[in-house]
Amino acid sequence: MSIVKTKVGRRAFIRNTSLASGGLVIGFSWLNSCKPKEAAKIVAMEMPKEWFQINGFLKIGDNGVVTIMSPNPEIGQNVKTAMPMIVAEELDTAWKNVLVEQAPLNTDIFTRQLAGGSQSIRQGWEGLRMAGATARTMLKQAAADAWQVAINEIQTSEGVVSHTASGKSATYGELASAAAKLEVPEEVSLKETSDFTIIGTDKKNVDGHQIVTGQSLFGLDIQKEGMLIAMVTQPPAFGMKFKAIDSSKAESMPGIKAIFPITVYPEGIKKQWSDGGAVPEMVAIVGESTWQCMQAKKALDITWEQAEKAEDTAYHNRELDNLLNTKPASPARADGNVEAAFKNAAKIVESTYSAPFLAHNTMEPMNFYAHVTPEKAELLGPIQTPEYLELTLAEVLEMPLEKIDIMMTRMGGGFGRRLYGSFGVEAAMISKKMNAPIKLVYTREDDMAQGTYRPSYKIRYKAGLDEEGNLIAWHVRGAGTNDDLVFENRFPAGAVDNYLAEKLSLSTNVTTGAWRAPRSNFIAGAEQAFIDEVAEAAGKDPIAFRLELFDRAISKPVGDTEKNDYDPERYAGVLKLVKEKSNWQIGDNRGVAAYYCHNSYVAQVLDVTMNGDTPKVGTVHCAVDCGIVINPLSAKNQIEGGIIDGIGHATFSELTFKEGEPQQHNFDRYRLMRNTEAPEKIETYFVDNGIAPTGLGEPSLPPVQGALANALYKATGRRYYQQPFITDKPPLVG
Amino acid sequence: MATFNLKINGETKKVDVDGSTPMLWVLRDHLQMVGTKYGCGIAQCGACTVHLNDNAVRSCQLPVSAVGEQEITTIEGLSENGDHPVQQAWLEVDVPQCGYCQAGQIMTASALLKKNPTPTDDEIATAMNGNICRCGTYTRIRKAVKMAADNS
Ligand code: FES
Ligand code: FES
Repeated sequence: MSIVKTKVGRRAFIRNTSLASGGLVIGFSWLNSCKPKEAAKIVAMEMPKEWFQINGFLKIGDNGVVTIMSPNPEIGQNVKTAMPMIVAEELDTAWKNVLVEQAPLNTDIFTRQLAGGSQSIRQGWEGLRMAGATARTMLKQAAADAWQVAINEIQTSEGVVSHTASGKSATYGELASAAAKLEVPEEVSLKETSDFTIIGTDKKNVDGHQIVTGQSLFGLDIQKEGMLIAMVTQPPAFGMKFKAIDSSKAESMPGIKAIFPITVYPEGIKKQWSDGGAVPEMVAIVGESTWQCMQAKKALDITWEQAEKAEDTAYHNRELDNLLNTKPASPARADGNVEAAFKNAAKIVESTYSAPFLAHNTMEPMNFYAHVTPEKAELLGPIQTPEYLELTLAEVLEMPLEKIDIMMTRMGGGFGRRLYGSFGVEAAMISKKMNAPIKLVYTREDDMAQGTYRPSYKIRYKAGLDEEGNLIAWHVRGAGTNDDLVFENRFPAGAVDNYLAEKLSLSTNVTTGAWRAPRSNFIAGAEQAFIDEVAEAAGKDPIAFRLELFDRAISKPVGDTEKNDYDPERYAGVLKLVKEKSNWQIGDNRGVAAYYCHNSYVAQVLDVTMNGDTPKVGTVHCAVDCGIVINPLSAKNQIEGGIIDGIGHATFSELTFKEGEPQQHNFDRYRLMRNTEAPEKIETYFVDNGIAPTGLGEPSLPPVQGALANALYKATGRRYYQQPFITDKPPLVG
Repeated sequence: MATFNLKINGETKKVDVDGSTPMLWVLRDHLQMVGTKYGCGIAQCGACTVHLNDNAVRSCQLPVSAVGEQEITTIEGLSENGDHPVQQAWLEVDVPQCGYCQAGQIMTASALLKKNPTPTDDEIATAMNGNICRCGTYTRIRKAVKMAADNS
């Protein structure tokens, strides 16, 4: 049992909201209308007559039913199930008695309401445990007061408080009213991890029933009284801006209410990082229905003007090549002397890897509901960064924060795209101008052509081996569009005597941003493919070669060990686990890779067969060390998703540019992996080490691209240096 | 604008829309049945899949004027209480990640099983090929279709 303080940092983590505000803090009345009417039907439990708010995270009904708020945005990473599981664990209630609700943005109660960096669970862990433990302590205190016994003689189990000596017991429902009136304790004790009964068990997605029955859950599903549909047309190419419009034809089309140019971001406005992909000026189309707006949008006659350089993919590639031939002014990290080591090396291996821009392509295109009046702004929709959206809205709407309400819907995918919430700002500005509630809808074409893309990259590695096949020198130089790519303190830094990491960035007007596992989503695959080449040159088994390097990093680390951004023992641990589970042996058209990112370690072994030019992955074995696994059922789903995502994009996907214009606008030309192309089987093995949980939504994606490249080499005899590995156009389906 | 009487999920629904409007938008905007999803609008992703007389079709490509007397089934009408074997298998396997593509996946899978109650693994994957899942739930989808076939 560990004792923790209930106040952390500048915020009181846990506040007794019933004392503070005298009422519920959860839910805005205007939001209730968007809850599915059938919600009650699906809940096979009786609703309480009265709810008692214990703290901002939970309320308890008079019949013992508990509602737990899930504070963070849900993008498919399943935090809406996992976060409440953590609260329920420390509350010590039965999971079957728990209802889950999505919390609105509320910076007074919740910290870091953000979906990104695979950090929701890691950073929420303590606060969520504390929320549950605080409530449990208050329920125990309420019982102690009523029974006139000492609180430390009281136990809890599955929603019941009991006192063994007197034989007294009461349910949480019976005690909730008294508990809600108590002061929040200064410190509370947390459960031993070995006493967990909910954490570590398979729990089904709390929204599962609504998803499979097609209920309204997503931003695009929002319907409100008097709501109009809005669309926007943004410049067709990067480097262009709006000049003039002739909307006479489109305006007279059926259902169309208004068409106008709009400045979403007035000049001089203070932007947040989340406004990264924002276009300041565009054309808005407002009408009665989505289809009518789509037709009018096609009929617009807009003149754009060239404001900046029009860039082509050929230009990006040429410039990145030039950067790889440029020595940067200073290295990101330098240990030993690589130049001297290369001179003495018995063997040198050198290779260059590249990858294109990628769009996020969430299945649900960008959208947002907004109703802005002079008095207040109500926004509802899919956003990974609601807190930052609110800050920008306060600027552009010239409204204080407390007049702005933001609620998150379940999101049809995120992958980083919805970190950049300019679509929310667009919705608000259009609503303000129309003085009406609107739902902004991007078409798939808008969504794909108006992204904040994964940058395109090139990276060159050079390795030197001595006579015995020991790695004695490592030089990496990486370049990316708007991104300098290299993580200089990650493996193999610390495992090689002579190490040099250099990074360079090419400035481009194509907007780029975080895409699932930023940077790692390319560099892991490149590095792990290169290590394979080096192991081969050294005449060593690829797993044994990697383990040797980890041994070196453990026994005699190179350079400033404080800087090394990984734990070589845990790294080696996943590699050994996957070796054992996959019955590793060289040959078999198999490839291996391991990587560390988002505070977690992943190692994979997969096999591949060629079907003509197209690879087909058989079984992927995946070992993961992400500390305590909250919900193994959905944790495996995340791992599988990352693997399929990684293999799919490395094999098929790319976004190219001609005169600043994306050349892929929809899934007819942008190829995403399909069912028959997905691996036959994915086996996931978690390391059980009781360490506090770390990232899970991203870490399985990066290494799998390396494992695939290495298996492809075994299957075809050639190395794969350029993504996408297959560049055929997609077959037409449907 | 014209009036259409549509047979959807066993009920007759009346809508006043332009005849060229795709069923996808008739369902979503005019009938407030938002379970059928928009993903691409060009017959590539399968998110908008509904049944037209038991066949899986892309509602983004189906103008309302072409429906006539044919019966439409959407995800909302696949079963009374969400207990169609395919829906149950989806819950059992815990298929969804974001969930957005899943209505379309379920409609494709249920149409497949109606025609072919005992599909092979290859037949399952091939039938599901028109439905993109950006979250990568493909292996679970195959598992769930298999389970539904075994349970029905
Ligand atoms: S929306 Fe109809 S197939 Fe994509
Ligand atoms: S579950 Fe997200 S697109 Fe399929």
